[in-house]
Formats: sequence, structure tokens, C-alpha cells
Amino acid sequence: MHIAVLMKRVPETTARVRPAAGGRSVEVQGGETIISTYDEIALERAIQLREAGVATKLTVVCLGAAEATKEVRKALAMGADEGLLLVDAEPFRDPASAAEVLAGAVKDLGAQLVICGWKALDDDSAVVGGCVAARLGWAYASFATKLDVAGGTATVHREMEGATEVLAVALPAVITVQKGLAEPRFASLKGIMAAKKKPLVEKPAPAASNASALDAYLPPPDRPPGRIVGEGVAAVAELVRVLKEEVHAL
Amino acid sequence: MLYLQEQHLMIRQTVRDVVAKVVAPKAREIDETCAFPWDAVKALGELGLLGVPVPEKYGGAGMDNLSNSILIEEVARHCGSTALTIAAHVGLGTYPILAFGTEEQKMRWIPQLASGQAIGAFGLTEPDAGSDAQATKTTAVRDGNEFVVNGAKMYCTNGSYASTIVFTAVTGTDAAGRKQITAFVVEKGTPGLVQGKLEKKLGMRASDTRMIHFEDCRIPVANVLGGEVQIGVGFKKFMQTLDGGRISIGALGLGIAQGALDRALPYAQQRRAFGGPISDLQGVAFKLADMATWIEGARHLVYHAAMLKDADQPFARQASMAKLFASEVGTKASDMAIQVMGGYGFVREYDVERLYRDAKLCEIGEGTSEIQRMVIGRSLVKDGCGF
Repeated sequence: MHIAVLMKRVPETTARVRPAAGGRSVEVQGGETIISTYDEIALERAIQLREAGVATKLTVVCLGAAEATKEVRKALAMGADEGLLLVDAEPFRDPASAAEVLAGAVKDLGAQLVICGWKALDDDSAVVGGCVAARLGWAYASFATKLDVAGGTATVHREMEGATEVLAVALPAVITVQKGLAEPRFASLKGIMAAKKKPLVEKPAPAASNASALDAYLPPPDRPPGRIVGEGVAAVAELVRVLKEEVHAL
Repeated sequence: MLYLQEQHLMIRQTVRDVVAKVVAPKAREIDETCAFPWDAVKALGELGLLGVPVPEKYGGAGMDNLSNSILIEEVARHCGSTALTIAAHVGLGTYPILAFGTEEQKMRWIPQLASGQAIGAFGLTEPDAGSDAQATKTTAVRDGNEFVVNGAKMYCTNGSYASTIVFTAVTGTDAAGRKQITAFVVEKGTPGLVQGKLEKKLGMRASDTRMIHFEDCRIPVANVLGGEVQIGVGFKKFMQTLDGGRISIGALGLGIAQGALDRALPYAQQRRAFGGPISDLQGVAFKLADMATWIEGARHLVYHAAMLKDADQPFARQASMAKLFASEVGTKASDMAIQVMGGYGFVREYDVERLYRDAKLCEIGEGTSEIQRMVIGRSLVKDGCGF
């Protein structure tokens, strides 16, 4: 079985992100870029399935900037067999268009199972995995906290309010994963050396077929100014009332 | 930085990942409790990071000294004690066996050391002898197929955890009456090898530093580093070992300096006084500028010395320069970070006081700054300025 892991390159969580001048793009200050956390969890589980012999091949697929070779190479160092980077020159691509490109790549690879994060850390759209499944006409399960594969069926656990839902999903399928499914490994030195020799194919991504257009990135609203409710002990009663009734912190 | 290739960037990233999860969260605690950084040693060993420059044939990663410098620099940004543990293990505990051991000795000891299953140490300094070899008092007297060793080595990093300790002892005198010194490997558990108590130190407090005593300790002739032909010529080897180890200590000083700037810069940008961030005040901005410039210079010296070694070119002078400069930058930059951060810098919660205490070791261990100046000075007189 061939697994494809879809991964996105995103700014590290400590980076400062704000609208750039003109409001048509965002500016990222400081911090490195990383593999989006949930995608990295998906990758870890895929590597485990590959090591256990359940999968015979593992390819990571990334749609993003040319600089994302860094993240794809890291995925290879962690244990993926091959990397495919679809270099995206579009200033804006909506999730449906991203899914169209990724589904096409998965089809070309001949994979039977796609695993990815339930959302990307940067845009939070949280629909790409589902859209890929729809495009391919495959089965789909989301928010997996446990994933096993045997005999053409994926067993997926989903945490619900008060219960764990256990699904048997017939392959081919797309599974999106939630925190807790696996703990991503560090790339070992052996892995880093091996990654140098693994194939990493870079191809230009097809033009975007956006159904939506980007109008603007607006800055977040300013924080409301502070308010002094009184001085000394006399202020306590009013302070407690504000915390309870206005901000609901108590 | 133009020196770095993709594999160096990948190693740096993997080290950053593991340091953030395993090393940084414990750094302050182990400084206070003086607990050996076992979790870090284990995690780094599993990833192959305790044998970076060791050839694959002996169980290492087969990568270059530049990669090893990057490893130590990145660990030192958060924990000097852990960085020193690694630097001593690789540069002093493993490297002499790798460079000067017989093939049989290498196969016997290196794979365990390179994979991190065992820790290595090195004993040179004595109560009355350091860089001056002729003052060595530890003796090894041949008795059949063994040497009987008596004496003591002090400030032995990783002393009590090491499965092998490389050390020197006097094995005779030459015609001119000069002491002949031989290098040996002693294994943990050898009768007569006695551990002293853990030293209480200014900094690097979680690094295991001890005296080791030899009390009629019998060591097989097979443990003479490099084999029997090397009896009486050990000291030159030790000096060569220190050349390479110095690059690591330079990387350690560099990492500490970077760690100081990592903390002082965001503080200065956030702390406001007189209507703006203090980073806008010239008195503070100049300090930050000096720190960043020193760090940049130290990084060039350290990386370049490592690259000379990797290219099998002479590197002793450059290693001493890198160690001298980067160590002093470590102390100066951490001192300055405390000054920028004021009271926050002085208390333990903000880590820069720990960096400052740790940094001082770099000016002392593996040859003091004064010894480095002597090495550089002698090399200038002997070989000219070389440019």
C-alpha cells in the first residue's frame, strides 16, 4: 500500500504575523517555518505504518513556496521515502483549489491512503482533507486520534463528547488527524544523511481555480483600553462585579 | 551563513527541536540540583548526536566537525552543562581513541561511545599539573603485562559516569632526565580506580566534575593508547586532542553568547522607559550591537576552524583563536545581557545569570585564555603571521 501524506509549510507559532502594507498579503516577522503540526502528526503515524510493513511506500506531498524543500527534506529525514513539492506561484489559492491540485497529485502517485492534519496552523480553513476526498471520490474520516490499517480497511477512532467513535473505513480513503494520534519523532543524523539520497521532485503547481478571491487582510481590532474601577480596598467590590458580570472571568 | 550546507541546516533544526523539548525545560532545574543531564544524553544519543564526527565504521554519524560545533552551539544556547557534557564526551573522551587508538582499541570502545550507550572522559589536569606536562605526578610502573598506576587527576568532566577514561601518566625518564608520558585508557570498575566527590562549582553545575584517584590500579598493557609502541610518547597526543577540543569549547562559548542575546533583545524591545522601548535608547542599542557583532565574529572563527580540521589542514592556531575569542565573547555577552535586563537579569528566573556563570568555564577549561595566547604567540613567532 502506498500512503501519501499531505503537508503544509507554515510559520512557527512564535512568529509575529500581521497584514503587510496594502493589506493583500501577510508579513511574517521572526521565527522559522515548520511542517504544520497536525500534518507532522499524520506523517509520524504514516512512518510508523511504513516501518511496520503495513505500507510499502510513503510519499509526502507539499503544495507551497519553493523554500518548502526544507520541510519536505525534513519529512524525508524523519522517514518518508519520497517527496513531491508542487511549487505554488499563486499569491492566493483558496482551499478548494488547493484540494484540486493535491487530489490530482495523489491520483498520479497511485496512493491508496491519504493522511493529513485536520487543519493547517496558519489559515485554519480545515476543509482541504475533506475536499481532497470529495475530488477523488474516496471515503473520508476526520479528527482521527487513533489510526490502524489492516486488510484494506482503516480503523479510525474519533473522540466525541462522552464517547469514542470507532469507524471502519474502506480504502482508498482520506483520513485527517487530531492531536494525540502520534508524537512526531526528531530527525536522526542517520535519517538526515539518508534523506540526501531520497528523491525530492519539484514541479510547478497548476494555476489556481479559485472560487473565492482575496479582498484584504484586516488587522485585528485594537484591544479595548483599560479602566480603573477605583482605588485601594474600596475598589474590590466593583472589581469583583466587573470580573463576574462583564468579563465572566470568575 | 554561507558556510552551511543543507545537511548542516538540517542538523541544526533537529538539534533545535530536541533541545526545545528535552534540554531547555530542565536547564534551570539541573543547574540548581547539580543533577547529571541523563534525559538529554539519552535523547541525543538515540538520534546519533553523541558521535557526530565519528566515522560510520565505528558506529558514528560520519559527519564533519562543523556539524559537531553546530550541535554544541545550539545546546549551549539553553544549557551549558549539557553542552559541556557532550563536548567532553566527543572531543576528549572519544576523539583520542579514534585518532590514536589501534584498530582493535577503536572497535572495542568507540561504537559504545559514538552511540551514546557509554560516556567518555579524559584526565590530564592534576593538583599540581595542568598544561605543563613535566609536572605530571601520576605514575605507571610496568609489572609484566600490566601497569600499576598511582596518582590522581582532577576536574575530570563526566568522571563518575564514564565507562572509559583516557589519561596520562609518567612511565619513565629519557636520557636527558625528562619525564616520559604515556596515554592509557582505564575502564570503569577497574579495581583501584576511585571516584572523588562531585565538585561544587560557580557554573556548569550539572556537568559531572570530579577528582579520580588511582590506588595501585592495574591496567593491562593492551590499554596503552595506540599500543605498546606508543609507551613514553603520550603527551604530544594529548596536546593534539586539545587542539580539536578547543573548537568545541569555542562553540560552547559562542552558544552561550547567542543565548544571552536571544534573551536580552526581546526584553529590550518589550521593556519600556521614557516613552518607548529601551532598545531605542542608544545606551542599550549599542550594547546589543556589540553583542551581535562579537557573536558574528566568534561564529566565523569557530566554524572556520572546524572547517580547516574537516579539510585536514593545519588548524591549531585557528582553534586557539576561536576558543580564546568565543570564550571571552561568552562571558562579555552574558555580562552585558544581565546589564541590559537589569534586575530581571540578576535573578535566576530569566536565565542570563546562569549563562554568565557557565560562560566563565570556557575561559578556563581545555587551556585557559592565557594558554591560548601562548599557543597563538608561539605559532606567530615560529611560522609568521601566515597571511
